[in-house]
Amino acid sequence: MSQGQHAPGAAIAFSEAQLGEVRRLQGLYPDARGALLPVLHMAQDTFGHISLEVEDYVASLFSISPAHVHEVVTFYTLYFRERPGRHVLSICHNLSCHLAGARGIIEHAKRRLGIEAGETTADGRVTLLTVECLCACEAAPMAQVDDRYELNLTPEKLDRLLEGLR
Amino acid sequence: MAETVLMRNFSNPDSHTLDAYRAAGGYTAWDRALEMEPAAITEEVKKANLRGLGGAGFPTGAKWSFIPKNHTGPVYLVVNADEGEPGTFKDRYLLERDPHALIEGMLIAARAIRSDKGFIYIRGEYVQPWRRFSAAVKEAYDAGLLGRGFDVVVHRGAGAYICGEETGLLSSLEGKKGWPKIKPPFPAIKGAFGQPTIVNNVETLCCVPPIVTRGAEWFAGLGTKTQGGTRMYSVSGRVKKPAVYEAPVSITLRQLIELAGGVTGTGRLKAVVPGGGSAAILTANEIDVTMDVDGLKAAGSMIGSAGVMVMDESVSIPEALMVLARFYAHESCGQCTPCRESTGWIYKMVHRIVDGHGRKDDLDTILDVAKRGAGTTICAFYDGAVGPYISYIEKFRSEFEALIPHA
Repeated sequence: MSQGQHAPGAAIAFSEAQLGEVRRLQGLYPDARGALLPVLHMAQDTFGHISLEVEDYVASLFSISPAHVHEVVTFYTLYFRERPGRHVLSICHNLSCHLAGARGIIEHAKRRLGIEAGETTADGRVTLLTVECLCACEAAPMAQVDDRYELNLTPEKLDRLLEGLR
Repeated sequence: MAETVLMRNFSNPDSHTLDAYRAAGGYTAWDRALEMEPAAITEEVKKANLRGLGGAGFPTGAKWSFIPKNHTGPVYLVVNADEGEPGTFKDRYLLERDPHALIEGMLIAARAIRSDKGFIYIRGEYVQPWRRFSAAVKEAYDAGLLGRGFDVVVHRGAGAYICGEETGLLSSLEGKKGWPKIKPPFPAIKGAFGQPTIVNNVETLCCVPPIVTRGAEWFAGLGTKTQGGTRMYSVSGRVKKPAVYEAPVSITLRQLIELAGGVTGTGRLKAVVPGGGSAAILTANEIDVTMDVDGLKAAGSMIGSAGVMVMDESVSIPEALMVLARFYAHESCGQCTPCRESTGWIYKMVHRIVDGHGRKDDLDTILDVAKRGAGTTICAFYDGAVGPYISYIEKFRSEFEALIPHA
């Protein structure tokens, strides 16, 4: 399966239960469109990433143009338009982390994974990103691994962390 | 150390639960607010001299009073939990450790502005704070605190610094890209979904219950003449004990650095960013300044979100500016030409200076472009970028020049 493609023949559709959740979310906002970001989060969790096909599908749930969904998806950093690795390692490179040696941590991660920032390892295990301030500067340098914050990173701590990612 | 107001419950490991919050006197302010007229609540917050703690420092009570009195449709309360200002991490602590203080603040604010619906916009990366806060909202519904005239929708962002700007946040909440909107109309007149809306920061709302229980005079007395209360200072960078510290807003930057254990690295201070990435930098000689809105303004900087980043003598200021310039180039939403173009070009120029390929006129060009663009854009983002561009170069010019061949 190449990056950016869903499994051949896999239908892009939510389950009945998920469609119920979409309607619930849409009902929370004075205008149903307010639920677009939450539903895109759901779509990414379900389909792995937001492909053009997923954009079309989500647009149909909101009765809006796919172009509107596309401009939203491309505006935010947390929506992946290509399939990311099984784990996403986002290392902060903003000022506090910079002052605490983020550059060395990022270089170490690149060497260990054999990829540049923005790339995914050939085995699809890890996507490496450098990101702006994640607001945990008291524990710099830090990173986000999937939905967890990993604090006070050292090269050794990063090695242990990477070993734990399967 | 002075009294803690906002962090009063943090030492209890269960502080995020309704039981612990109630045991510590939680929701008694809400009981009292229920006995007060909405206008009286706003009046109390005005007298307390509470000023917005998200960045702009606008007087909170005054903001609340801008909701049109004759409006008959819905009014929304929106909590800005899109914490993203470089060097700031206080709201993360409040969301995780005292979510009920925020819910109680929301209830009281909603009564003051006659809102029956609140939205909290939590940055997408804050998964743990989002879970904690959502659990607290559920507890509050189960206990009948929410759902009886006031509902709360917990909304997750998706990664964009500009959504911390209040009108960018509203665009995002409406399901659009987070483009800021031209003001006026201000959100209090025409905000979320076209209705009157008050957008308040997490920490600001957490100040409201103590104001109601202990009184405006007490709160005002904790601070300076023009700003009441304490606030949470996020201190990071080259200090011994990076952490969030609560202190009265009359504390000086020097005292705050001492509170954080003093300077590490060479041990000699070079510069400090006093109010998050967008604040003008202060030199080691400029730290006898009070950390309130007006104190920092008088010093030519800003308190912003109170994110304090400390640099010792070994830190390269051009490199620090390059890191911030990269941030602004990445986060500019692209709506206004001066911001979209300048942030990109200035990053490239600072980058080449740091790489040793700077050109003789680069510094003057950056200063010129920065000064011309300030004040010409829809929101304050570009003005926030200009603060560091100008101050880093003007205060540490020789350090930049040393990197430029033939400068």
